[in-house]
Amino acid sequence: MTTLTEAPPKASAVLGEPKKKRNLLPYILLAPGVLWLVIFFLIPIFTAVSASVQTGSLDMGFKVTWNWANYSATFSTYNTEIVHSLIYSVACTVICLVLGYPLAYFIAFRGGKWKNLLMALVIAPAFTSFLIRTIAWETILSDHGTVVRIMTDLRITNLMDHLGLITGNHVLNSPFSVVFGMVYNFLPFTVLPLYTSLEKIDPRLHEAGRDLYCSGYRTWRYVTWPLSLPGVIAGTLLTFIPAVGDYINAYMLGSPNTQVIGQVIENEALRDVFGYPIASAMGVILTFGTLAIVLAYVKKAGSEDLL
Amino acid sequence: MNTLDAVGDLRLTGLTKRFGSFTAVDGLDLSIPQGSFFALLGASGCGKTTTLRMVSGLEDPTAGRIFIGDTEVTTTKPYKRPVNTVFQNYALFPHLNIYDNVAFGLRRRGVKDVKKQVDDILALVELGHLAKRKPTQLSGGQQQRVAVARSLINQPQVLLLDEPLGALDLKLRRQMQIELKRIQTEVGLTFVHVTHDQEEAMTMADTIAVMNAGAIEQLGSPEELYENPATTFVANFLGQSNLVAGTVTGKEDGVVTVEAHGHRVALPAERSRVETGAVIIGVRPEKVQLAASDEEVPAGRNVLTGGVVSDASFIGVSTQYLVKMPWGQELAVFEQNTGKEIFRPGTEVALHWDASQTFGLDGSQDIEAGAEIDDEAAK
Repeated sequence: MTTLTEAPPKASAVLGEPKKKRNLLPYILLAPGVLWLVIFFLIPIFTAVSASVQTGSLDMGFKVTWNWANYSATFSTYNTEIVHSLIYSVACTVICLVLGYPLAYFIAFRGGKWKNLLMALVIAPAFTSFLIRTIAWETILSDHGTVVRIMTDLRITNLMDHLGLITGNHVLNSPFSVVFGMVYNFLPFTVLPLYTSLEKIDPRLHEAGRDLYCSGYRTWRYVTWPLSLPGVIAGTLLTFIPAVGDYINAYMLGSPNTQVIGQVIENEALRDVFGYPIASAMGVILTFGTLAIVLAYVKKAGSEDLL
Repeated sequence: MNTLDAVGDLRLTGLTKRFGSFTAVDGLDLSIPQGSFFALLGASGCGKTTTLRMVSGLEDPTAGRIFIGDTEVTTTKPYKRPVNTVFQNYALFPHLNIYDNVAFGLRRRGVKDVKKQVDDILALVELGHLAKRKPTQLSGGQQQRVAVARSLINQPQVLLLDEPLGALDLKLRRQMQIELKRIQTEVGLTFVHVTHDQEEAMTMADTIAVMNAGAIEQLGSPEELYENPATTFVANFLGQSNLVAGTVTGKEDGVVTVEAHGHRVALPAERSRVETGAVIIGVRPEKVQLAASDEEVPAGRNVLTGGVVSDASFIGVSTQYLVKMPWGQELAVFEQNTGKEIFRPGTEVALHWDASQTFGLDGSQDIEAGAEIDDEAAK
């Protein structure tokens, strides 16, 4: 940051004895990004961490009291929501990978001249707002909609009820609809990096695999999969990280029984005058918890094959 | 019978591949003896690589059959054939180190203890010290040797090499040619080598098949192809030839006489593909000598008079001349450096050569066939 306030070199200094010339351009180019991160990332994180150990209320003001009880309260009061967040986001990430990998594979290796068009179609939904798309699913999956009627007729709802994914013939407001919405919204984030890494693989490596005693599956297992791992890691991270903090899907497509930590944070922060510290504590837990999970995952994935 | 155990000669019968309306390989019949070093030589697009890919199983033939010994492998999956390929750009697995690349085939076939074999094969290609490196950390020549080792370790019945030296610079290529030949002699497997480089084919192969437009023009040992080309394509593509159109005027005592642009030329009957009518006589540039117009030419030699030297390049061991003939054709002469005086451009000369060094080709062919392609391939 010091570079911003530094005075430009005086003309006399430039013309006079040649000083060690310092190239400021890289720092100047860096400055807006650093400034942005400091204002919108470092300061909020610091504020949140500090707020998480405060007590007080909106009217009286807050004070740092090192009230660690905010953290223990989070775990005891909202453990269900934390578990929901984890289960839904992990489920969403896994489903996105299972659906997205074959899709990316097909586009990368069989797409031919349609490759770019197909990728555009994958991204196309993102041209509409996240919120609007989710509201649309609320309508599509509503009890009297065609989708649910067909699902009921085909006894799919019956089966899903047995599996505990939904209740009766109501698809909406269930764990299923929440994860469904998340998968729908995050799938492009899985597919894009997967496609990029698959597309880079030289098709001749597949031929080399087949030449060296690999069936189609084994060529995938021993050649394609290890080479696509960077894409798998990037894709799952880009899905998991926003998914674990997402609350729009749970809010729109879920019920009080499917609340996730994001919803609770929102409730505590916006609806409760005493809620700021505990909302901050949850935010800190969510942020650093996610970071810990991601670091462990990357370490594991980087050291050996995922399977 | 497990096709992986198939043993014997590689035989192709009526092998054909069409891509839409384009026929890449046209009814190829070929028998490659076990243990031979066989080269498929041709310009790009002649169908040689397609042939190779059909043998490896990476391409399905439109028609025809492929046998290894008595076992038919025409429709066998590539991973079930006793055939391995050294790919043009090596196709080494970038995520595996050299050791694991080489061990790949053995491991996929369920061989548990690969160490001894991998060490041995890496020693054969002199790369033992680089086993832990990744392919990208190796030079082109080293990568090429890894690719050979990765295929060889599986001891295939047939090793296919698809322009394996194409990406290397000239010096390295010469070195690898000798290396590959040494390895082939050592392991005694059938090598089928696809190349557009005639010198490469001649250096390495026992037998060469010259391919043109999806079919084999001629098959034989390098000497046979060079000394007795069957077509103008082979004569021009394999080395350089002086080809002159003429008409057969007679045949007696095993000698065919030909009239060409007012000159009488003789050639051995067994080296002439035709005995009547239109003929194309040919002679290699290094067999021809030049004589000054007033010089006496020894008897019994074929002589073409009235040429004018249009270009003379002295390259040490020899001088390469281009001689413009009265009928407009330019003929090439490579004269060995025997201390003789060099003919300057503009000098009138006669070309003469031993009659027995003349070959005769069917006169109905395009006299230029294969000549332009060689220039292009040489780039």
